[in-house]
Amino acid sequence: MPLRKREPEKVIPSLEHYRVRRSVPVCAAAILMMFGSGRATAQMDDAIYNYLRFERLEYEGNGDVHLFKWDVEGWTGNDDNKLWVKSEGDYVFEQDIFGRADLQLLYSRNIATFWDAQIGVRRAFEPERTFDGVIGIQGLAPYFFETEAALFINENGNVLGRFKLAYELLLTQRLIAQPRVEVNVSADDIENRGVKAGITEFEAGLRLRYEIVREFAPYIGFDYVEEQSLREHKHSVRAVAGIRAWF
Amino acid sequence: MQTVNAMIRQCRIAGFWLAILAALPVQAGSYELVIDEKAVNLTGRERTAITANGSLPAPTLRWREGEEVALRVTNRLDEPTSIHWHGIVLPYDMDGVPGISFPGIPPGETFTYRFRLMQSGTYWYHGHSAMQEQLGLMGAIIIDPSEGETHAYDRDYTVMLSDWSDENPHRVLSKLKKQSDYYNFQKRTVFDFYRDLSDKGFQETMADRLAWGEMRMDPTDIADVTGYTYTFLVNGQNPAANWTALFKPGERIRLRFVNASAMTHFDVRIPGLKIRVIQADGQNVEPVEVDEFRIAVAETYDVLVEPRDARAYAIFAEAMDRSGHAQATLAPRRGMRAEVPPLRPRPLVSLADMAAAHGMDHGSGAEGPHAGMEHAPEPPPPTNGHEGHAMADMDHAAMQHQASPHAGHEGHAMPDHGQEHADTAERVLSYADLKSAEKHEDWREPDREIVLRLTGTMNRYVWSINGKKYSEAEPIRLKYGERVRFTYINQTMMNHPLHLHGMWQDLDTGKGPFNPRKHVVNVKPGETVHVDVPVDASGEWAFHCHLVYHMETGMFRKIIVEPPDAAAKKGA
Ligand SMILES: [Cu+2]
Repeated sequence: MPLRKREPEKVIPSLEHYRVRRSVPVCAAAILMMFGSGRATAQMDDAIYNYLRFERLEYEGNGDVHLFKWDVEGWTGNDDNKLWVKSEGDYVFEQDIFGRADLQLLYSRNIATFWDAQIGVRRAFEPERTFDGVIGIQGLAPYFFETEAALFINENGNVLGRFKLAYELLLTQRLIAQPRVEVNVSADDIENRGVKAGITEFEAGLRLRYEIVREFAPYIGFDYVEEQSLREHKHSVRAVAGIRAWF
Repeated sequence: MQTVNAMIRQCRIAGFWLAILAALPVQAGSYELVIDEKAVNLTGRERTAITANGSLPAPTLRWREGEEVALRVTNRLDEPTSIHWHGIVLPYDMDGVPGISFPGIPPGETFTYRFRLMQSGTYWYHGHSAMQEQLGLMGAIIIDPSEGETHAYDRDYTVMLSDWSDENPHRVLSKLKKQSDYYNFQKRTVFDFYRDLSDKGFQETMADRLAWGEMRMDPTDIADVTGYTYTFLVNGQNPAANWTALFKPGERIRLRFVNASAMTHFDVRIPGLKIRVIQADGQNVEPVEVDEFRIAVAETYDVLVEPRDARAYAIFAEAMDRSGHAQATLAPRRGMRAEVPPLRPRPLVSLADMAAAHGMDHGSGAEGPHAGMEHAPEPPPPTNGHEGHAMADMDHAAMQHQASPHAGHEGHAMPDHGQEHADTAERVLSYADLKSAEKHEDWREPDREIVLRLTGTMNRYVWSINGKKYSEAEPIRLKYGERVRFTYINQTMMNHPLHLHGMWQDLDTGKGPFNPRKHVVNVKPGETVHVDVPVDASGEWAFHCHLVYHMETGMFRKIIVEPPDAAAKKGA
């Protein structure tokens, strides 16, 4: 007979007895928890993690242009609340200038299963120093599209937008093709910056990366870039080579 | 006079010691467990494991039903530890879950567990702090019945399965949080897509890909942590070490399987031998003869085998996602090794499995302090309503199987010859085969039902119950003496082995008072399972998914059982 029914009277007195004895450690645990130890609970479903990803660290160029491009983002936080830092930009070797460079600091909150809402500030350094408010959304759209959309509002009330979409196609378990689109838009002409209303920059490309380990993958690919300003319209196709890394 | 008194006293003392000796089980010395770190090498690289008495796995504790057990557990680590006696019925303050049943054992300190054994069978024990079980802190418990064994056998071996990673478990979890498919190296590729196009045609292939894409889920997502990082062990030894159980042809061997893995379900076979299942989770069941059984994390199965030939047999335990295997040998002599069968193809989760989960989102369930009182919602649509859809997705091999294993079993645990086993024509154990060997005297209709939806977002690696993580949820309150029906609705695409501490789960397989009694009930993707819990233990208990990283990230609840007097006071 593998199972004996247990007698209730054996169990209850021990509970009453324990209630008193237990109050001290329980109080101690509660205080520990208030100071964010978290270790006092049975497990830690609210732990804080830190993430930094170099999505693009690359050389990009063709016969006319040679530039270094970066797209870096990272966060610290738990499942629901995160602090994000994002930076992207490019540096033109020949002219020794930054084509575009900015840094964003955002508070991010999980608002739906696959979506985070983000609010914060952006400091653009080049080509001109500006200070913008940022509001955006980031997440995984149906059919696995990595999506990022943000509105930037500067001190003069100009509204600009940025939209990014990326997808991953597995050729093997480690060889991954990533088509990617980034669109920058402006709501109105901004004379002093030479910005023309509409699409100011359009970038579409394909990168083929090999994940030596998940965290480290060199890649090659190409980008089609179209830029529109009050002064000129440019478009070009460029080869890219770089690394993607995260930890 | 004095000498007579002295003699009597001496006799008394001798009698006392004799009584103690008589009461002592075989391994009387093993009641002292010292938890410490130890260097181990299981993969070719030296790593630090957490051991009890320097052994990986921890020593097997052999006890006797009715025995009063006192275990001194000393912590030599520099972090808190704890031991949970898995499946053992005991007072809640001896259960060993830090933050619920006791504060844990601080570094350098000793905690003495005391309880009387009111059951027999195969169980196990493991750490319940900081994922220490993933680092090796687990061992088997065998409790011999006071009234003799039901089944005769010549030899008795414990086969403890586990998964070992050279990575620290906190690092593994951190990776999963950042990239939940980090360890899945069996995903579908562009070439699989073209293969499907030519096999199934454009429409079916697209319908399937779009359905998965819409859910943002991946049908190859069978295991979160895989053979990419895991080495699968039998009794702490990797497949190359060839752990061997000896036999003489014609003998009857009892194998006590314990799945002490952190994350891995195994499919166990002994090619060439019929496996007679006699116990599940320490409880006698009507013997069932099978070729294969799946053992979920934290389950135990006792089986009998009778090898007739003087040759080696492989005890072969494939990880459910086929990313590796654990292996031992049954042989007449040491050093023998059986031919090892190849790993079978990796299964896919089918859309049929996901029918119940389809369209449900994170946070859809409501759970307050009274959520338990809620009535059950409509059960998920039976999968036979989606046959056309589902069949399109199943493996080719699955087509040979009955169209809808779920049909006609609403309310009972389903027979689980799912797509995972489609590749064998052999007999595979399912929960529906389990029938308690004895009638439960306390069987009656449940007093109420508590619906627990198993929820989560794989993509963000958040696991929850009714859309809430442990830290966000109120405890579940039960009353001593009531009989509660838990209805588990799995809205995710993972298997979740649910473990209730301190009380049994009578798994409803439609056998009434002969329903099997389990401490872990595995709920498959999209499945609905009912268990009846006789609430016969006051105190505060843990209830959680036994996949360590699911438990850590929120698939956990505290259960408070109010003693009858307290309940009466509240009512007054
Ligand atoms: Cu789980």
